[in-house]
Amino acid sequence: MTMIVLNRRNLLAAGGSVLATGMLATGVPGLLLPARADGLAPTESMSGGANNYRKGAAIVDRIGKGGFWMSGTVRRAGDGAPLAGQRIQIWAHTVEGQEHEPQSHGATLTDKDGKFRLEMPQIIPIFGQPHGHLAYDSGEFKTVFLRPVMRSAKETSLEAHFVLQPA
Amino acid sequence: MGWRTVRAILIWAALALAIGVPIALAAASEQLAWRGPVYILAGFAGIIALGLVLVQPLLIGGYLPGFSAYRGRRAHHWIGGAIALAIVIHVAGLWITSPPDMIDALTFSSPTPFSPFGVIAMWAIFIVALLAALRRRLGLRPRTWRFVHMPLAIVIVAGSVVHCLLIEGTMETISKATLCAAVLAAAVKVMIDLQVWRKRRTLRGESIARQ
Repeated sequence: MTMIVLNRRNLLAAGGSVLATGMLATGVPGLLLPARADGLAPTESMSGGANNYRKGAAIVDRIGKGGFWMSGTVRRAGDGAPLAGQRIQIWAHTVEGQEHEPQSHGATLTDKDGKFRLEMPQIIPIFGQPHGHLAYDSGEFKTVFLRPVMRSAKETSLEAHFVLQPA
Repeated sequence: MGWRTVRAILIWAALALAIGVPIALAAASEQLAWRGPVYILAGFAGIIALGLVLVQPLLIGGYLPGFSAYRGRRAHHWIGGAIALAIVIHVAGLWITSPPDMIDALTFSSPTPFSPFGVIAMWAIFIVALLAALRRRLGLRPRTWRFVHMPLAIVIVAGSVVHCLLIEGTMETISKATLCAAVLAAAVKVMIDLQVWRKRRTLRGESIARQ
């Protein structure tokens, strides 16, 4: 007959290790990606990246009244060549609306250096983290959804970088 | 005014502050301006649930003046039900606010590190509430009940505290950390005082004797 010995010490230890592994597994997913030998690896979609996505947001000069800058780069997997004219869609919960609302969405195109930059309203914390959403979803390359998190809700800019692979 | 009265006032005042200050500061948060009513309700249901998690060990440990062992136990049952209800409102409100984010959380595929802690604590709360409601029907003896309830209570306390601390939302940082520390301290104290892991036949006798 087996006896389960339950006392305060081993329960706390077990609880502690469960908490620790939970933090590690969910806290640093980027560190667990394998390194690739064949040049620049494509960006994987982030978990939750596609949440509240509205397909086909219009290309705009600015989302709403602005005040916050979303920027980044788009490059090709393998050789890392900048990709010009790529449409990047951006949305977030901002001071002007919730994530799912149409006025919170907009799109922009990359310049000849593969860079993009779009002014939008200040992002605020939603679901416990101040974060934005970006999508490449134009067909030529494989679709990628990103969900970068701001280090502080007080920041007034955020970056996200795409490395795309052919669809 | 005797020492007992002063002590009673101090204990109740400390409890009121530990729960009331974080709620008041969250109610003053500028974040509320950018949120809809359902999202605000969901957030406060979560904060209130955490406050009630602080009350639970205090009631069962007999630390709150004016509550006999019997009344403390009765209140513990009702507040347990209130916590389960608050969690239902919390989850339902967040689901209405952003369905994909809530589904991610419930399926443990959320990018936010605090979500799994909240979801695990939620299931522990539901299991305890369900078993408590069926305890008599299932014929659970006090020892069996304690054996089931104590590990789940630890999961609820630890899960809720980690969940809450990792969230960046309407709660003010220091009052939030203080409430979380109080929740942990109350749970640890009651488990030590009542020696919940010892074999014992005189729990009720002891609690009544201490009143």
